[in-house]
Amino acid sequence: MESTIVFYLLSALSVISALFVVFSRSPIYSVLSLIVCFFTIAGHYIMLNAQFLAIIHIIVYAGAIMVLMLFTVMLLNLNKELGTHKFNLTKLMAVITGGLMFLVIIASVKSSSLANYQAPAYLNIGNAEDIGMKLFTDYLLPFEISSVLFVSAMISAVLLAKKEVK
Amino acid sequence: MNPITNPESTTNWYLFLSCLLFSIGVMGVLFRKNALIILMCIELMLNAVNLLLVSFSAYSGNTDGQTFVFFIMVVAAAEVAVGLALMVSIYRNIGSIDIQSLNKLKW
Repeated sequence: MESTIVFYLLSALSVISALFVVFSRSPIYSVLSLIVCFFTIAGHYIMLNAQFLAIIHIIVYAGAIMVLMLFTVMLLNLNKELGTHKFNLTKLMAVITGGLMFLVIIASVKSSSLANYQAPAYLNIGNAEDIGMKLFTDYLLPFEISSVLFVSAMISAVLLAKKEVK
Repeated sequence: MNPITNPESTTNWYLFLSCLLFSIGVMGVLFRKNALIILMCIELMLNAVNLLLVSFSAYSGNTDGQTFVFFIMVVAAAEVAVGLALMVSIYRNIGSIDIQSLNKLKW
């Protein structure tokens, strides 16, 4: 019962902060509310018995990605309004399209027969040992390839962001 | 165990939450003109999918979903690094990251 209340609180907080990301006027408030949204998603991971993933999520997203975003916003001096923020047809169409997409996804979820699924009784999942075993036995090749992906992303970021040599 | 993911209950509320977050992300991509905020909305969509994968993993008692979330995080980190480098490069050349001014490739 308590976990239900925690679920509803976390869900309300994550949806409100996600809406604030989209509708806030200055980019710095968007970044800060996205950090709040990521923390609530980490709370959901803990509720779903994925503790290791929650810690990794906080470290990677709130610790690395959002700091990078915040530095970009501050270094490029983007904390001002871009263009006019008044109501126009494009924004109305954007809201209508998002709502219609939500309706279509919810309809497809409703028509699926998930309720008949019988879950196996193996509940010792989500700890570091379990994920480590999976990662180094079944998913060893994607794990190694992702390191190559990281190296190429790092090199390309440095190449793209540095000043051109005259 | 979490009663929200209980297999006997007929509605899985995590599905609704992640669908809502994904739709908010799509709406943000269509709504905003700042390219940095569009990148952040893409992050929001990736996180909605991650939440869905973790909830299915808890639902079926299987770790494979959490391993996929691991790889999605890797790809998201690489994507943000390259995307922010592109933003800095575009800002240095044009002086703005408003997507209305990036219409050279428009037909």
